[in-house]
Amino acid sequence: MRRSSFTPPSFTTLMLILGLLFLYLPMVVLVVYSFNSSRLVTVWAGFSGRWYLELLRDRQILAAVWTSLRIAFFAASMAVCLGTLAAFVMTRFGRFRGKTALSSMVTAPLVMPEVITGLSLLLLFVQMAQIIGWPADRGMATIWIAHTTFCSAYVAVVVSSRLREVDRSIEEAAMDLGAPPVKTFFQITLPVISPALAAGWLLAFTLSLDDLVIASFVSGPGATTLPMVVFSSVRMGVSPKINALATLIILAVSLATFLAWYFMRRSESRRLAALRQQEAP
Amino acid sequence: MSEGPLKPTALDRLRRRLRPGRGWVIAVPLVWLTLFFLAPFAIVLKISLSEAAIAVPPYQPILDFTAETLNVALNLGNYLFLASDSLYVAAYWGSVKIAFLSTVFCLLIGYPMAYAMARAPARWQLVLLLLVMLPSWTSFLIRVYAWMGILSNTGLINNTLMWLGLIDSPIRMMNTNFAVMLGIVYAYLPFMILPLYANLTRLDNSLLEAAADLGSRTFNTFLKVTLPLSKGGIIAGSMLVFIPAVGEYVIPELLGGPNTVMIGKVLWEEFFLNRDWPVASALAMVMLLLLLIPIALFHRYQSRELQE
Repeated sequence: MRRSSFTPPSFTTLMLILGLLFLYLPMVVLVVYSFNSSRLVTVWAGFSGRWYLELLRDRQILAAVWTSLRIAFFAASMAVCLGTLAAFVMTRFGRFRGKTALSSMVTAPLVMPEVITGLSLLLLFVQMAQIIGWPADRGMATIWIAHTTFCSAYVAVVVSSRLREVDRSIEEAAMDLGAPPVKTFFQITLPVISPALAAGWLLAFTLSLDDLVIASFVSGPGATTLPMVVFSSVRMGVSPKINALATLIILAVSLATFLAWYFMRRSESRRLAALRQQEAP
Repeated sequence: MSEGPLKPTALDRLRRRLRPGRGWVIAVPLVWLTLFFLAPFAIVLKISLSEAAIAVPPYQPILDFTAETLNVALNLGNYLFLASDSLYVAAYWGSVKIAFLSTVFCLLIGYPMAYAMARAPARWQLVLLLLVMLPSWTSFLIRVYAWMGILSNTGLINNTLMWLGLIDSPIRMMNTNFAVMLGIVYAYLPFMILPLYANLTRLDNSLLEAAADLGSRTFNTFLKVTLPLSKGGIIAGSMLVFIPAVGEYVIPELLGGPNTVMIGKVLWEEFFLNRDWPVASALAMVMLLLLLIPIALFHRYQSRELQE
């Protein structure tokens, strides 16, 4: 006798499915309308790739993409250095003077409204320019500092959660055998937490690429980032060119996420296989 | 011999204190964050106490050293101005109201989702987590923009409803507080789910089994066991939504209408349109004061997560 294996999904499962639909349907709509040949985003007039061509011809957008990518690359790299140091200090150094201050300054940027962060950093830069003469012009450098600061908080959270999971006995063994702390850090700790560093770097990179408000405050006439260009266009109303750009962004992020998932799964199954081999004999 | 276990720890501590470079390692992140995160607030406070002027930068110095006298001019006028003009009070109140309601909706949608994720088979959990987080890695601006095309009078929803003949004239959804809340819930939902999920996966299953063995019904177990144990996740998730939402600028600017007064937008306009830096600074200081308790709450939970 065949019994039906269908059981109605529980309330929470149903909510999960509906929630994911809620998260993804608007993005699907964005993607679909990027192929619309009409200028009116909301009326379907046939399939066309013309907005992608126009996007590629838009020099302002291309220049802004390049600016944003450079800022994001340098901000993410610096944020990984600072955030890892902060995470290491907080998880490995026990008590020290300034620990409460450091941990507050690592958690507060995660929730601080962007208008406050942006305004306060701009006023700092203006004040610095008056006192020490730098930065005379605001632009990529000031955005880089601003992004590094809030991104390093995110990196610190990602890395410290990994540092807490790591088995400390290996680090202690290395130190007991006479390895100096710096050598232990670079040869033992760093390789072990490298996946978290990569995750932190990617997170910082996307956060920097995405930031509009803070960059608008601290930027000068010299530097226009991609979100600034998108925002000034979107303010005027919907435009299919922005849909095309959105589709490319969604595609890139999905691809990167899929690759990350693939490698995580592969390393996990390798680890399991290694464990099984150890147990076998 | 009796002092055997004590001696190494004392020595350890001494060695740790003397370890060269330790101070430098602490100093690098501490100095950077103090200079670029903490110090700016002092400057905002300072400028909020100065007077606006037509100058570069557009405010008058507080300290003035002329004729061998140091004049300190602290101007409380900006704060009095905020209190006297009903626009600002309404903006603070409106922001808190919209942020609070959005947080409640995020929690109502996000909690069951996080619960289902934590209960899902292990091989599904990573995929589900990535699926929930992926939208937040794309672009905030573009995700808000997506709703402009859906909600507008000639947008997807209205077009569909009119085509189906359910309505004759479009329902006005764009440029309303409803649109703003929808935008906030949509944009911030992943940040609600992430800490909730992290919390719920750590939930000890044996507690739930024990409750069931003792005859507790599912919903009762949820109320008495699961919910109290996930308090930390609820607080963290709610603060991750509420605090940034109070100061939100992009969403009310793009989806809000003339009736949407939110403080982030008012601050932006004071700064960029009116070029009144002192009033913008005062607005930021009051907002910070308002958010101090939520931020402290978030910090308490988060620092427990960071250090254990």
